[in-house]
Amino acid sequence: MDLRTIPISAWIGIISTSLFAFAAVFAPLIAPYGMADIVGGVWDPMSSDHWLGTDNLGRDLLSRMIYGARTTLTIAALATIVSFTLGAMLGMTAAVAGGWTDQALSRSVDLLMSIPTLIFALVVLSVLPASILTLILVMGILDATRVFRLARAVAVDVNVMDFVEAAKLRGEGRMWIITREILPNAMSTLIAELGLRFIFMVLFLSALSFLGLGIQPPEADWGGMVKENKDGIIFGIPAALIPAGAIAVLAISVNLIADWILNRATDLKGGRGGN
Amino acid sequence: MNDELKYLSKQVAKHRLDRRSFMGRAGALGLTAATASSLLGSAVMAQGAIKGGTIKVAIDGGASTDSLDPALAANSTATQVNRLWGEPLVELDAEGGLEMKLATAFEASADAKTWTFQIRDGVTFSNGKTLTADDVMATIERHAGEDSSSGALGLLGSISAMRTDGNAFIIELDGPNADLPYLLTDYHLMIQPGGGKEDPAAAIGTGPYTIVSAEPGVRFVAEKNPDYWNPDLGHASTIEITVINDDTARVAALQSGQVDMCSRIPPKVASLVARMNGVTVHSVPSAGHYVFIMHANTAPFDNKDLRLALKYAMNREEMVDKILFGNGSIGNDTPINTSYPLFSEMEQRSYDPDKAAFHFNASGHEGSVLLRTSDNSFPGAPDAAQLFQQSAAAAGITLDISREPSDGYWSEVWNKQPFCTSYWGGRATQDAMYSTAYLSTADWNDTRFFNEQFDQLLIAARGELDTAKRTGMYADMGTIVSEEGGLICPMFNNFIDATSDKVAGWGPSKGFDLMNFYAPMKMWVAG
Amino acid sequence: MGLALKLISQRIALGFLLLLAVSALIFAGTEILPGDVAQSILGQSATPESLANLRAELGLSEPAVTRYFSWLGGIATGDLGTALTSGTDISSAVAQRLGNTLFLAAVAAVISVPIAILLGLLAVRFKDRWPDKLISATTLASISLPEFFIGYLLILVFGVKLGWFPTVATVYEGMAFGDRLMAVVLPALTLTLVVLAHMMRMTRAAILNVMQSAYIETAELKGLSTFKIIRKHALPNAISPVVNVVMLNMAYLIVGVVVVEVIFVYPGMGQYLVDHVSKRDVPVVQACGIIFAAIYIGLNLIADVVSVLSNPRLRHPK
Repeated sequence: MDLRTIPISAWIGIISTSLFAFAAVFAPLIAPYGMADIVGGVWDPMSSDHWLGTDNLGRDLLSRMIYGARTTLTIAALATIVSFTLGAMLGMTAAVAGGWTDQALSRSVDLLMSIPTLIFALVVLSVLPASILTLILVMGILDATRVFRLARAVAVDVNVMDFVEAAKLRGEGRMWIITREILPNAMSTLIAELGLRFIFMVLFLSALSFLGLGIQPPEADWGGMVKENKDGIIFGIPAALIPAGAIAVLAISVNLIADWILNRATDLKGGRGGN
Repeated sequence: MNDELKYLSKQVAKHRLDRRSFMGRAGALGLTAATASSLLGSAVMAQGAIKGGTIKVAIDGGASTDSLDPALAANSTATQVNRLWGEPLVELDAEGGLEMKLATAFEASADAKTWTFQIRDGVTFSNGKTLTADDVMATIERHAGEDSSSGALGLLGSISAMRTDGNAFIIELDGPNADLPYLLTDYHLMIQPGGGKEDPAAAIGTGPYTIVSAEPGVRFVAEKNPDYWNPDLGHASTIEITVINDDTARVAALQSGQVDMCSRIPPKVASLVARMNGVTVHSVPSAGHYVFIMHANTAPFDNKDLRLALKYAMNREEMVDKILFGNGSIGNDTPINTSYPLFSEMEQRSYDPDKAAFHFNASGHEGSVLLRTSDNSFPGAPDAAQLFQQSAAAAGITLDISREPSDGYWSEVWNKQPFCTSYWGGRATQDAMYSTAYLSTADWNDTRFFNEQFDQLLIAARGELDTAKRTGMYADMGTIVSEEGGLICPMFNNFIDATSDKVAGWGPSKGFDLMNFYAPMKMWVAG
Repeated sequence: MGLALKLISQRIALGFLLLLAVSALIFAGTEILPGDVAQSILGQSATPESLANLRAELGLSEPAVTRYFSWLGGIATGDLGTALTSGTDISSAVAQRLGNTLFLAAVAAVISVPIAILLGLLAVRFKDRWPDKLISATTLASISLPEFFIGYLLILVFGVKLGWFPTVATVYEGMAFGDRLMAVVLPALTLTLVVLAHMMRMTRAAILNVMQSAYIETAELKGLSTFKIIRKHALPNAISPVVNVVMLNMAYLIVGVVVVEVIFVYPGMGQYLVDHVSKRDVPVVQACGIIFAAIYIGLNLIADVVSVLSNPRLRHPK
């Protein structure tokens, strides 16, 4: 790959996402203070000691942001992987197989989507232990229903194309058709969705921690940090605004990368021109 | 206190009696100077009240599941709404004493086992029926009866018989209780026609307002009851109550002028709210306390050294500072503070990592201690747990925190798990507080505290009519709980409410927030 | 059209079976949850005695299966029953709440769907130029902020500082339509910001995908303007994924807006359900669950039918 062909927007995305990832990996080395250490007053303003000020308990906000990057990125990324692998594979299988397989899968997804998330999460919590693994699975599975519907819708359209018909006549297996014909053609739509789903996961995480199905204190994710400091929002306290800003920057960066891959994917598909 | 006093205080307000003669005559009736003076204050203030207009209240706690049946009231909104249309026999006054509502006087037999209440004459319910002693008895019957599902059932367990005699309502107890009238101030015990047995949720009572629109969990509208007996209560013609459970939204409603008063300002923003134009923040000391409770009979908390280690590892000043932002006072590992009558000071336990480490080593406990918490156990509970984690770490004690779902916390964690965060609202008397949660046989003995000496003192104090002796007994009980018990009580919270300058007439109170939920009726639309 | 009719009737029949399954699952779920309605009503003031009395009064002493089937019997005759907690009639309470929810969702949808699609078209038209990038960045920023954050910001700016709109969106019976509309401005705006990016990005991606096809090239050769090509040729062929995403967001607008309801004190279904779940008021939870499920199934059905109708090859299967 020629680095010079990467557009500036993608560079911005790559650099800031790498920065976040770097912070996540090396959190203990670069954070100026401990994650849980109370080192100042409540909601102290920015200063040379605390670059981003302190949070609702007097902990250093910068340090918490750095540690928060770790939990936020890891969990959101894993849950997105679960959601996409599961949702896309099942969605395409349903589209290609059709008939009863399709009906069974689609209606099960309808069923899962119909149960209010609150009830689903509470029931899961009362049956399974509240661990990070449970959390990732719950997030992944609930979200996979959304991916399933999209993947199926796209795949159904592709499935009736001539080249797929031809492959079927050649006697190619179902897996072959899904991975070689459907997936490449559904890729651009799915990638566009991927970037958003990742962000939804970041937000979903903080919603679940409110139900008790989340990160245990003093650990925190960015969404949870916005929540911890939410009383300060209407007074413009930075501790409430900075984590929210970080999520927005992450969202834009990840999607800048997704857009770039999207362009490359459509180029590879043999579309016209290229940039 | 009785009608004579009320009459006298009104005479002062109307300048027919001077202040000094009032104080003299009040003293003759057995009132302390402070009580008499505050009584005078509120009567004079109410005299300047402007009638009419609408008062809009933003309040927390309500849910769409709420019923108007006072027996099932279990949150601030329900309590506030019930106060509008209904009244109890007696009520707490601003000093923590008693004020007459539907009773005009009461007296006890010498053994404090038989209590007689005189019922107010000429009062009608909002459906036109006249109040009688039978209505009162039927009401208490409904709450105390064997098939009662009332929240007040636990308070009324000692009633052995009731009867009426003309305008008098008489209660017989199976043991002496010098505090019975205080129990009847309970917010469930709104007097209803026929005791509300027919239609408990009809919201028919003798209160200053009648409910014209009720959407539980959303909005209530009440209009002034034109036949209300007490001219000093209920100044606005309309009261509108909006349930806003989100703290920030509630504050914003006040800030944008959509409501005139607002309950439960989060302590964190109280000083910021106080800086807003035209808004006054009222921080009122209360008997409510934010606690960490250990089951004193369950390992590892059955070890007194471990309990003491955790008590010494608690930094109380920091809690008041960072959880209550100064809107409260430090606790001393008993549920009692200065709000209670007969309170006596004892030596304050303070944060001492060395002592904590000493007791922790003496306990022989290995490894960490698990503390359960949730956002709804008290405001800021997970934060408080993390502060505790830090202060305990300084003493070499490792606390693990488990944040439990808010949903089901009170049924699954509180009173079940051996160590968790919790909240207690105050009670009217020390006896009521201790009997509810520290007596060996109490239903909510949430620290699993079984102490024979304590139990004996508590029962004896109930029948003790000598105040000095009784005060001494309560002091001893406090020492026992603080030393032996499973309660870590770092702080007592203030009620923090805010009012805009569109309303006037805020005054002191005991009990609950919003002037014991009388603020909408005692305040008036400012001229 | 025969195919569509067959599909619809088949799916409606299946839908009823699904609803039955949903109701059984929700019932089982609420039975698994610790705590019951009697305990939740009495809360901290519960004594073993008053608990037992209240349980008997509410009919909780009967076995779960009996309660489920008597509830099902009620549904079959159109009776949703009464709420255990407040003793009020569920049908009328739900009707009012559902009306409020649909009203808010409708206002939000009327604002957000056309804007989303228009922005998507604009982004394609000016692909990789500054309007595309601006639209992309702002919608992404808005979607990545937690709902309550957006809500508070709007309250702060439009409610407190400017004083243009009420911060409390409580609507009630007998309120004039204009007042009602005024009340929901801020919550509807919040919801719009939340759903806009998702629909806009999907529109953009789906149209771009179609733009690579040969027939677009033909259209281009015919000399049609870019906008006309997008509108006449690309959009209709990109409709399936777009409709799917629109339906997903519609479903969210109807069943997922608890946070916005809480912040703006809007009396919709979300808050109503949450209150009753926490009080374990099973009949109400069941009623809400069934309605939500019906909405989901209905919207998914619409999305599927539109997909079939929009694809000529699916419309005329070989």
